[in-house]
Amino acid sequence: MGEVIVVTSGKGGVGKTTTTANVGTGLAKLNKKVVLIDTDIGLRNLDVVMGLENRIVYNLVDVVEGNCRIKQALIKDKRYPNLYLLPSAQTRDKNSVSPEQMRKLADELREDFDYILMDCPAGIEQGFLNAIAGADSALVVTTPEVSAVRDADRIIGLLDAHDIKNTRLIVNRLRTDMVKRGDMMSADDVVEILAIDLIGVVPDDESIVVSTNQGEPLVGTDALAGKAYMNICRRIVGEQVPLLDLNVKSGLMSRLANLLKKN
Amino acid sequence: MSLADFFKKKASGNVAKDRLKLVLVSDRANCSPEIMEQIKNDIIQVISKYVEIDTTGLDIKITQTESEGNNGSVPALFANIPIKDLKAGKK
Repeated sequence: MGEVIVVTSGKGGVGKTTTTANVGTGLAKLNKKVVLIDTDIGLRNLDVVMGLENRIVYNLVDVVEGNCRIKQALIKDKRYPNLYLLPSAQTRDKNSVSPEQMRKLADELREDFDYILMDCPAGIEQGFLNAIAGADSALVVTTPEVSAVRDADRIIGLLDAHDIKNTRLIVNRLRTDMVKRGDMMSADDVVEILAIDLIGVVPDDESIVVSTNQGEPLVGTDALAGKAYMNICRRIVGEQVPLLDLNVKSGLMSRLANLLKKN
Repeated sequence: MSLADFFKKKASGNVAKDRLKLVLVSDRANCSPEIMEQIKNDIIQVISKYVEIDTTGLDIKITQTESEGNNGSVPALFANIPIKDLKAGKK
């Protein structure tokens, strides 16, 4: 029986879709059978982040409305043998799907997959309720900013109210240099405020932009964010992994090495 | 940033943390300032029946406090009520 995990945040633009893509791909790299579901109906994005936008035939709404079978709508990621995407519909709205239908879909996919990842839309309305309907656990993504943390707190309360008790936090886009000079909350500060378990800290990393440009998740690469995402995946499958040292070496040698790498 | 600024200003990360703590207390309690004011007035009325209190010094707020039984912290209504004089003879 697979586990249904919803990736949510409340606030938009903190990295839900990037996190879903990387955690999903990372779990597939760990030989788990994974399906990613884009539940953001009307604002489809997970397909482009995954680089699978040209292969869409059917979508989530088609499946729910019975226009096709689930298997027909799942896009197989050719780069990994165990990774699938169920894209969202672009021309419909959030009310095209009900929480009950999402629960049924999640239960069907549970039979075939180890992990079902729901990429939740921003906000706390219908789209959010749809995305969390079938979920067993949640990954709450936030950045170390007041607005994002405040929204995350609200989301944590709502998840609890909907009986999703296993809620873990990802602090995204942390800038170690700013934390050091006291101009950004640390991951510890955020954890202290939100009082939930931390599953990982992802540094602000230019490589993420490059990887999104290319439609190729960077999880498992040498980029710091790639390592951070891989660690999160290992923790999801139950391994004990210490937190990543996010201090970037800025010594002369590593700077030289970087320079050589770029050219 | 000059050296003088460095000593004058609180690091903005800590400012963010403190502001968040405050705003989340009222978010979590789902309690508007108006309702807090009403609670405060009602407390004044009730307590005033028994003791003379300093209404200007009265302060109530919702804070987090460590719970005794289960783990973690729970919200608590904290009221600081300065007493002027105990009305001994009153029943």
